[in-house]
Amino acid sequence: MLSSRPAPNRHVGLVGWARENLFSTWLNSILTFLSVFVIGFVVIEVVPWIIQSSWTATSLNECRAAIIEAYGEGTHGACWAVIRERYLQLLYGFYPSDAYWRPNLALVLMLIAIAPILYPVLPRKMLLFSAVYPLLGIWLLWGGSLWTMISILLGFAIGYILMAASSRAFGTLTGLITATLGIIIYWIFAAVPLSELLQSIFPRLWLEPVESARFGGFMLSTTIGVTGIVSSLPLGILLALGRKSDLLIVKAICIGFIEFIRGVPLITLLFVASTLLNIFLPPGTNFDLILRVIIMVTLFSAAYLAEVVRGGLASLPRGQFEAADALGLDYWKSMRLVVLPQALKVSIPGIVSSFIALFKDTTLVSIIGLLDPLGLTNSIRADADWNGIIWELYVFVALIFFVFCFAMSRYSMYLERKLKTSHD
Amino acid sequence: MRLKSLIAATTVVGLSAGMSVAATLDDVKAKGFIQCGVNTGLVGFAAPDADGKWDGFDVDYCRALAAAIFGDPDAVKFTPTTGKTRFTALASGEIDVLARNTTWTFSRDVDLKFTFVGINYYDGQGFMTHESLGINSATELDGATVCIQTGTTTELNLADYFRANGMSYEPVPIETNAEAREQFFAEACDVYTTDRSGLAATRATAEDPNALVVLPEIISKEPLGPLVRHGDDQWADIARWVLNALIIAEEKGITQANAKSMMGSTNDPEVARLLGTEGEYGAMIGLSADWALHAIEARGNYGEIFDRHIGPDTAIALQRGENALYTEGGLLYAPPFR
Amino acid sequence: MRVQEGEKAPPVFRLSMLLNDKRYRSMTIQTVALIGFMLLIAWLISNTLQNLNALGKDVNFSFLNQPSSYDINQRLIEYDSRSSHLRASIVGLLNTLLVAVLGCTLATIVGVVIGVLRLSKNWVVARLMTIYVEVFRNVPVLLWIVFFMAILIGTLPKPRDFRGEDATASMMFGDSVALTNRGIYVPEPLFSNSLGNLSVFGWFGISIDLVLLLLVLFAGIFAARRVRRRAMRVQSETGKLPRTWPLRIALIVVPPLVVLYYLGFHLGYPVLKGFNFSGGVYMRNSLIALWLALSFYTAAFIAEIVRAGISAVSKGQTEAAFSLGIRPGLTMSLVILPQALRIIIPPLISQFLNLTKNSSLAIAVGYMDVTGTLGGITLNQTGRELETILLLMLCYLFISLSVSAVLNWYNGRVKLKER
Repeated sequence: MLSSRPAPNRHVGLVGWARENLFSTWLNSILTFLSVFVIGFVVIEVVPWIIQSSWTATSLNECRAAIIEAYGEGTHGACWAVIRERYLQLLYGFYPSDAYWRPNLALVLMLIAIAPILYPVLPRKMLLFSAVYPLLGIWLLWGGSLWTMISILLGFAIGYILMAASSRAFGTLTGLITATLGIIIYWIFAAVPLSELLQSIFPRLWLEPVESARFGGFMLSTTIGVTGIVSSLPLGILLALGRKSDLLIVKAICIGFIEFIRGVPLITLLFVASTLLNIFLPPGTNFDLILRVIIMVTLFSAAYLAEVVRGGLASLPRGQFEAADALGLDYWKSMRLVVLPQALKVSIPGIVSSFIALFKDTTLVSIIGLLDPLGLTNSIRADADWNGIIWELYVFVALIFFVFCFAMSRYSMYLERKLKTSHD
Repeated sequence: MRLKSLIAATTVVGLSAGMSVAATLDDVKAKGFIQCGVNTGLVGFAAPDADGKWDGFDVDYCRALAAAIFGDPDAVKFTPTTGKTRFTALASGEIDVLARNTTWTFSRDVDLKFTFVGINYYDGQGFMTHESLGINSATELDGATVCIQTGTTTELNLADYFRANGMSYEPVPIETNAEAREQFFAEACDVYTTDRSGLAATRATAEDPNALVVLPEIISKEPLGPLVRHGDDQWADIARWVLNALIIAEEKGITQANAKSMMGSTNDPEVARLLGTEGEYGAMIGLSADWALHAIEARGNYGEIFDRHIGPDTAIALQRGENALYTEGGLLYAPPFR
Repeated sequence: MRVQEGEKAPPVFRLSMLLNDKRYRSMTIQTVALIGFMLLIAWLISNTLQNLNALGKDVNFSFLNQPSSYDINQRLIEYDSRSSHLRASIVGLLNTLLVAVLGCTLATIVGVVIGVLRLSKNWVVARLMTIYVEVFRNVPVLLWIVFFMAILIGTLPKPRDFRGEDATASMMFGDSVALTNRGIYVPEPLFSNSLGNLSVFGWFGISIDLVLLLLVLFAGIFAARRVRRRAMRVQSETGKLPRTWPLRIALIVVPPLVVLYYLGFHLGYPVLKGFNFSGGVYMRNSLIALWLALSFYTAAFIAEIVRAGISAVSKGQTEAAFSLGIRPGLTMSLVILPQALRIIIPPLISQFLNLTKNSSLAIAVGYMDVTGTLGGITLNQTGRELETILLLMLCYLFISLSVSAVLNWYNGRVKLKER
C-alpha cells in the first residue's frame, strides 16, 4: 500500500488558500482585485493625512504652518491638536472639571447595574442595586441632596406596602390603583418637605448641583440615551401589554400611540420638545430643554420598545399563558410571574438594538441647539482659532460612536446566539 | 428649587419653576441669575471657549445686565439658541432676555409679542464674493449661487432684492455660520450673504482675506438688539437702560478702569446720576443705586466691549462705522439720563 | 369585598361587581381608561389654550395662504417667493418624496449586492463587506450626511476650474456630465415637438410627453406578457415552447422608440454659462449628499436583512434543488430567492420607512424637504409653531401609514400563497 502523499503545492499553503478563496472563478478574481484596489486607495489617501499631523498647535493656522514646515509644501495633514485641546469638552461638555469623577462614577455604576440584567449568571441580589441605580445616577449627575432621592425612593416603598396591603383586601387591580395614587400623593405633598427636613438634619449627603445646561458632548448623548431607554421601559411594557390585551379601548389607545410615534421622525418630536412642550403643560411650568428632550425621547423610545416587547410576547408559546391561567393566577400575577420574565429575556437583544439606535439618534439634538458632540463641533468651529476645521472633529466623534455602538451590537449578537441555542 | 425641579422631572407633575409672564425681575432675583439666550456659536458675538465660558459681544451685554441686577457679571447663564428655537425659548420663559444678533422688525415686535429694548449693533445685509469672479456690484449677480443662513431675515431680504432687480439666483440655505464658511470657501457658492458684521468676521478669518471682496451694496437695514417678552415693562426698562448706560458711559468717557474713581471725582451731573451718587434713579427702576456702575465695571462701556470682541484690533476687525457715537458720525444715540 | 362572598350572594347587581365580577370588569376598566384618556387630552388642550392665550396667540391656519417670501432652490413644481406657504410646503413634501424614492432604490441595490457579497466565499470581499456594514451602521446617520456633504464640497472641482484656457477640470463622457462641488449636471431629455404640460387644477403641470411614453411602455409590457402567456399555453399543450422573445422585446422597445422619434427626442447638455452650468438636469450637492448618506447607511441594514433572509432558507432547499439538477444560478433565482424574499420584504419596508423618516435630517445640509420648508423657514417666519409642527407630523404620518398599508397588503398576499 502506498503511503499518503502531501497534497500538491497548488492546493496547500498560501497559494492554495488564495486559489481556493480569492481566485476560484473569474468573477471572484475581479472582485478580489476590486477590493484590493479600494483598500489600497483608502490607505494611500487617508493614512498620510492621519500620520502627517500636528498634535501641539493652538490654532488652525499655526497647525497648518507646522505641518508644512515638518512635511513640506503642499502637505495636508490632520490637526489633531484641536482634539487634544477640546477632547474633554467633547466628552463632558461644560461639566465642571473638578466634578468629572461624577459622570465617570455614574458610568461605572451603570455598568455594574446592568451587569446582572445582561449576564444571568451573576447573583440575583445585584438586581436590587439595578433598581436603585437610576436615582443614584441622577443624583451623581445633577447633584443636590441624596435625601431627595431617598425620599423619592421611599415613595416606591410606600407604594409597595400599599399594594401589598390593599391587594390582599381588594384584589390586584384595586391595589395597583391605590398604590399609584398613594405614591403620587406622597410625592406631591410629602416628598419635598421630608427631604428638606432630612437634609437639614444630615447635611453631608450633598453634591454641588450642576444644571443641565452644562451637560454636553458624549455625556449628554449617553445621559439622554440611557435615561430615555430606562424610563421608557416600563411605559413600553405597558404599551405592549395594552396592544395585546382584549380590552378594545385600551388596545386602540395603545395602537394609536405606538403608530403615531413610529410614524413621525424623531426630529419632529424634538421640535415639539424645543418649541411646544411648555405650551402643553400647565401655565408656568418650565422644564429646561434637556429635560424636555428626555421626556420626548422617552415617549419616542417607548413606542419602539413596545414593539420589541410585543415581539418577545409573541415568541412565547401559548401554553405559557394557558398554564398561568390554569394555575388560577390573575392577569397581573400571570404577567409578572410567568409571561414577562420570559418575554423580557427574549427581548433583551432587541432592547439593546433599540438603545444603539437611540444612542445614535441623540445626535439629532444638535439640530435644536443642544451641544452634543456634533453640536459642539459647530461651537468649536465658531472659536476664531479653529474656524474652518472639519474632518478632525467629525472623525473623532464618528470614532467614539463607532466604538460604543460596535461593542454593543457585538454584545447583542452574542446574546442572540445564546438565546437561540438555549431555546432549541 | 433644585429639589423641586428634580422631583418634577421624575414625576412629571408640573411644579412651577418660574412664571412666564409677570414680574421677571422678581423671578430673576429669586433664582439668583439671569438666563440669557445667545447664538450657538458666532465668531465675535457669542462662543464658548475651551473651559465652556461664554464670551463675545452679545455675551458681554448679558454680563452687564447681570452685574446691574446682582453686582456680579457671572450671575448669568447662557442658553445657546438656534434661529428656530430662539423666539420660543423667550416666549416660553425659558430665557429672560435674548441677545442673539436678532433683527428688530415689525412682525417680531408686534406679532411675535416681543419688546426690543434697543439696538446694540447697526448692521445691514451685504454680499461677499471671491475676487477671482471679477464682480464689482451686486447687480452683476444674475444667476449666481448664494449661500444664506436660514431661519433669519436674510433669506427674505435676498428674495426681495433679487426679485426687485429682476435677477435669478440659486439659494443654498445653511444652518450655521461655520457651515456657510465651509461652503463659501470651497466655492460651492459664488456669494455669501449675511449681515456685514458676519461677512467681515468670515473674511477676516479666511486664509487669504484679499481673495474675498465685500460688495458695496447693502440691501437691508439690520438693527440688531436684545429683546424681552411683551408685558413686563419694568424688565424691559432694565434691559433697555443697561444698554443705554453702556452707551452713555462711552459718551462720557467712563470706562471699566476709571468708573469707580469717576464716581467720586466727577463734576458732570449726568455722570453722577448714572453712577448713582446723585438722585434715586436706581430705586426708580427697582435696582440698587450703583447698578450702572456695576454694569460698566462688568465688561466696560459700549466702546470697550466692541473693541474687545469685534473692533479693529481683533481678528474680525470691524470698523465702528454706524456704530460710532452720534458725536463721531455714527448712529449710537442714547436718550439722556435724567 | 371578597370574590367568594360575591359568588354566594344572589345575582343582584351590586356596585362592587363592577370591579370583582369578570363579566363587568373589562367594561369598567375600559370605561376608566377611556375617561382617563379623555381627561388627559382635555387637560393638554386646556393647558394649550391657556398658554396660547397668555402669549396672545391663537390657532389659525390662514398663514398657509400668505405669500411665503422665500425662495426654494429645488422645486419640482412651479414656485417662487410670491407663492403661498402651502405651496412651499408641497414643494418640500415632493422633495422629501423624491429623496425617499431615490434613496430606497439605491439602498436596495447596494444593500442586496453587499448582503450577497458578505456570504461570498471570497475572503477579501466578505471581510471588506463586513467592514462596510459595521462602519456604516455604527455611526449616526446625521454624521454620515454632514460627512458626505463635506466630501462633495471639499473634493469635487469648482465651476471656476472648468473655465478658461488653463482649466484644471473637464466634463466627463464627451462633455455631457459635469461633476462640480455644487452638484452634478447630467444631460436632460428634451422634446422638440413637445405636447406641453397637463395642468392639474392649475396647481402643477404634468408633462404629457412623459405620460404618453409611460402609457406606451406599459402597453408594450402588457402585450409582451400576453404573448408569453400564450406561448406557455402552447408549451403545455404541445410540449414545445415557441420562440417569442424577439417579438416580446420588440413589443416593449419599438413603440416607445417610435413615440420618442415622433416627439423629437434629443438630449440637452449642460454648458458653463455665467456663474454656473446651465441646461441639463442639476442635482444639487445637498440632494446628492443626503441621497448617498441615507442610501449607504440604510444599505448596511438592508445587507444584514438580505444576508439573514438568504441564510434562513434551509440548506436542504439548495441541496434538493441541486439534486434535481438545477444549476446554481437558477437555484438562487427559482428556489432560494422566492423563499428568502418572504422573510426579507417586511423588514426591508420598515427600513424604507426609516429612510424616509431620516430624510428629515435634510436640514443639516440645507436640502429643502418638508422639514426644511414647512418645519423650518415657514415656522421661523410666521412663528406658528403649533400649526406648522402639527402639519409636519401629519405629512410624515400620512407617508408612514400608506407604506404600512402596502406592507400589510403584501404580508397578507404572501401568507395566502404559503398555505
